[in-house]
Amino acid sequence: MRGRRSVSGRKGWAAMSWAGPEDIFLSTSLASYLDKKLLVLLRDGRKLLGVLRSFDQFANVVLEGACERVIVGDLYCDIPLGLYVIRGENVVLIGELDLEREKLPAHMICVSVAEIRRAQKAERDATDLKGSMRKRMEFLDLD
Amino acid sequence: MPSAAAPRRSAFSSPSHPCPSPSLSIYFAKMLFFSYFKELVGKEVTVELKNDLAIRGTLHSVDQYLNIKLENIRVVDQDKYPHMLSVRNCFIRGSVVRYVQLPPDGVDIDILHDATRREARGG
Repeated sequence: MRGRRSVSGRKGWAAMSWAGPEDIFLSTSLASYLDKKLLVLLRDGRKLLGVLRSFDQFANVVLEGACERVIVGDLYCDIPLGLYVIRGENVVLIGELDLEREKLPAHMICVSVAEIRRAQKAERDATDLKGSMRKRMEFLDLD
Repeated sequence: MPSAAAPRRSAFSSPSHPCPSPSLSIYFAKMLFFSYFKELVGKEVTVELKNDLAIRGTLHSVDQYLNIKLENIRVVDQDKYPHMLSVRNCFIRGSVVRYVQLPPDGVDIDILHDATRREARGG
């Protein structure tokens, strides 16, 4: 194991993915998530679902059969993406999906891609409008 | 010093986890929190992320990057994050953690102080 130090250079010793087989149950390695369906949260707020096929010490991840779950209010849609390689710096959280539990609250409605895109745009426009109105109010300097 | 504290000291003075002991004191500074979090494995913690998501769960493991694995998680504001409903266990990248909220009795302040003073002196 000490030999690896020279390979990893400045960062030192990469402990995460090179744990021995007995460490899989105790360590923070993603090895225990291999071939499982996962939810990956990205820094830009996107939620990707897929089967973990590969990972490394930077949390770079390969997802097979990936789809993006877009949620706007009570509407949701799963957009199929295929095989994805995600750069680790964008990863916020990787969650193991428990298939026995309900995936989404029952009141949520599955819609088509076109409709969820429309809903996303409407939400974005509403946020932009709120933002621009706030800017106009700030200009008035009401303190 | 109560005898119960004695075995805990070893976790801070030399990591029991199989990793090399860095020769430079700058690397020792990174090991202190890693060792500290290893002591907290099994305790209930709440991890607040930089995207304002707060997750409560049992600390399963931590690594040298302070990546965290939580078990039996419960999202603090569940209604705001419906997609997290079926997630039981998760891996959190260390770089996105803002806070780790600890149980008040999960911290032995004296041991932490001693370890920090030792790190400040240079190991």
